[in-house]
Amino acid sequence: MIGAVRYVLRRGFELIERPFDRLFGPALNPLAQLGALGFFFFWIVAVSGIYLFIFFDTGIERAYESVENISHYHWFHAGVMRSLHRYASDLMIVMVAAHLLRQFAYDQYRGVRWFSWLTGLPMIWMLYAAGVTGYWLVWDRLAQYVALTSSELLDRLPIFGEPIARNFIATGTLTSRFFSLMVFMHIAVPLILLFIMWVHILRISRPKINPPRALAVMSLIAMVGVALWNPALSQGHVDLAKAPAGVGLDWFFLPIFPLTDIWGRGGVWLFLAAFSLIIGVMPWLPPFRRASAAAVDLEHCNGCARCAEDCPYEAIRIVNRTDNLPFLTQAQVNSSLCTSCGICVGSCPSSTPFRRTEELKTGIDLPDFPLKELRARTVEVGKALEGPARVMVFACEHGGGRKLKGAVQMPCVAMAPPSLFDYVLSQDLADGVVIVGCAESACYARLGVEWTKQRIAGARDPYLRARVPRERIATVWASALATGKVTAEIAAFKTKIAALPRKKLRSPAPPTAVQPGDGQPVPAESAP
Amino acid sequence: MKYLRIAGQFAVIVALFLAVSSFANWPTYRQFPQGSTVVLLTFVHSADRKAECRQLTAQEIEKLPPNMRRVQSCPRNRRPIYVEMDLGGRPIFRKNLPPSGIASDGPSRVYQRFIVPAGKYEVAVRMRDTPRTEGFDHMRTDTVTLVPDQTFVVDYSSERSDFVFH
Repeated sequence: MIGAVRYVLRRGFELIERPFDRLFGPALNPLAQLGALGFFFFWIVAVSGIYLFIFFDTGIERAYESVENISHYHWFHAGVMRSLHRYASDLMIVMVAAHLLRQFAYDQYRGVRWFSWLTGLPMIWMLYAAGVTGYWLVWDRLAQYVALTSSELLDRLPIFGEPIARNFIATGTLTSRFFSLMVFMHIAVPLILLFIMWVHILRISRPKINPPRALAVMSLIAMVGVALWNPALSQGHVDLAKAPAGVGLDWFFLPIFPLTDIWGRGGVWLFLAAFSLIIGVMPWLPPFRRASAAAVDLEHCNGCARCAEDCPYEAIRIVNRTDNLPFLTQAQVNSSLCTSCGICVGSCPSSTPFRRTEELKTGIDLPDFPLKELRARTVEVGKALEGPARVMVFACEHGGGRKLKGAVQMPCVAMAPPSLFDYVLSQDLADGVVIVGCAESACYARLGVEWTKQRIAGARDPYLRARVPRERIATVWASALATGKVTAEIAAFKTKIAALPRKKLRSPAPPTAVQPGDGQPVPAESAP
Repeated sequence: MKYLRIAGQFAVIVALFLAVSSFANWPTYRQFPQGSTVVLLTFVHSADRKAECRQLTAQEIEKLPPNMRRVQSCPRNRRPIYVEMDLGGRPIFRKNLPPSGIASDGPSRVYQRFIVPAGKYEVAVRMRDTPRTEGFDHMRTDTVTLVPDQTFVVDYSSERSDFVFH
C-alpha cells in the first residue's frame, strides 16, 4: 500500500521535475532545492517581520490601525514588507509540504534518515502555530475568525480552566494583556521553529540551507513584484458583536479551520493526532532495509579524511589513532548515522582494484558488499561482454539503471572508486564504461552524483587518472522510472564506442582475472 | 537563448508565487448560510459544594496525623449545574454541566453555538445550581430580534447572579 502511494507520488514528481530540469538545469531546479528554499523563505519572513514590528502597535486598541497604516500610508516599504511576510510564510508551507512528499516519494526517510524525518514533524506544528498567531495580530475580521476557531479548538482539550474562546464573545472581554501574549507567542514560536530547523539538519553533511544565488534573486524579485501587484490587505476591523461569517481564508495556513465545521473540534484533533502519529512512525514501517554500516580496516586506513569529507550523513569522524601505525588519525564510523551508501569506499585511496594483495582490502568498506565483491562482479560482467562495442554498465540501485540486466549494481555509483573505471578499460574488460546514477536533482545518497562527476572531471580526490580516455566513459543521470532514457543513452554510447578506433591503453600490470565471489586476484594466464 | 531561458525560469517562479498569493485569501469561506445568526450560550459558574462542612468528632480528629488535624471536614467536589435554554419556544439545550477539574471542584462550563435564521425570537434560559430537584434558581426570558451575522451571547454573571444577554 505504502509502496503504491510512493510509486504514484514519484511518478508525479518526475513528471514535474523533468521539464523543470530542462528549464532550470539540475543545479537551479527548485524541486531539488525545496529545503533550501524553505530556509530562504524563513529568513524573508524573519527580516520582514522585524521591519513590520517597527510600525506595529502591540496594543489591542491600535493594532488594526497600525496595520492599516502599514498597508496604506507606508505601502511602498512597510506594505511591501507585509506582503512579503505573508506570502513568504505561505511559500514556506508549500516548500515544507513538497519537501515532505518528495522525501517520501523518493524513499529518503527511512533507516538512519529517521532523525531528519521525525524532527520535521515538530517543525510543521511550529510553522502552523507561528502562522496562526500571526493572523491574530492583524486584528481584522479574519483575525476574529482565526482567534475564535483556534480558541474553540484549544478549548476542546481538557487543559484550560475557563474557555479561551470566551475572550472573544463581546467587545471589552479581550484585554491588551492577552493580546500582548499573542505578540510574544508570534515572536517566540518562530525562534523555537528556527531551533528545530537547526536540529533538523544536524545529521546531514553539507546541508543545503541556501538556494543557488540566481534562484534566490529571481525568487526575491518575483516576490516583490507579486507583493506590489497583489498586496496583502486586512479584511475590516474586528466586530465581536458580529460573527465573522464570510472571510477570505489563507488556505495554506488555515485549511484545518473549516474542517471544524464538518468534523467537529474533536474530529479535527483526532485527524491531527493521526497525521502526526502516521508521520512519526513512518520511518519504522515495513519494508525495512538496514544494511550493515561501513567498517574501517585500520591496517589500510591512514586517516586521510577523504571518507569523512565525502560522507553525506556525517557518519564518519576523524579521531586520534588507536593502533600503533605511524599515522596521527583514523576514520571512525557512527553506525547509527551510516546509510551504507558506500560513497566512503569510493573515496578511500586504498580502494584500488589494481592492488594485488592476497585479498583485496581497503581502508573503509561495506561488510555486505565489500570492494572485493564489487571487483569480482565487475570481472564477471566483463567476461560476459561480447561484440564490437563491449560496454560495462555501473548502476546505482536507486536510479534508472537499477533493473538493467548485466550491469554492476551498487548502493550508489560513488561507491565505485575512479580507479575501477580505469581497471575495466586497462584490463580490457570492456571498450567503454557507462555510469548510471540517480537523476541529478534527486540523488538517493544526496551527494553521490556530485562526487562522481567531480572525480571523473578530476576536480575531487580520488581523481580518475588522466590516462583514462574520457571518450570511453559516459554518465547517465536518470531516475528509477526513466529506464527508457537509460536504455537509449547506453545504445547511443555503444554506437559511439563501435566507431572509435581500438583502444591502445594497457595497464603496466599484467591482466588479472577474479573468480566471482572469491575475491582472489590471479594472473589471467593461470585462470581456468 | 540564455536570456530566453532566464525569462522562462522567472515566468515559472512568478506564476507559482501568483498562485500562492491568490490562495492566501481566496476563495472566501462562509461559516454558516447567509441570513443566519449565531446564538452563543456560554458561561462559567461554580455550583455549591456537594455537601456542607461538617464538624469532626474528637475521635476523628485524634485519628488524623498531628500536622493535619482540623476541626471541620469540607468536601471539595461541587454538584453539577443543570441548564435549559429555549429559542422561539423550542428547546435547544438541556444539559447537566459537571464541575471541571480532577477533583471535580472547578466551575461548570458551557460554550455552545447555535446557528439559526435571523428573526424575532423569545429566548428563555434557566439554571439550577443548588440541591433542589424541581424548579430553577436563575431564569431569564426576553424577546430579541436577531439580525444576519449577529452574535447573540447568553452569558451568566456571577456578580449579578443573573443571566446577561449581549
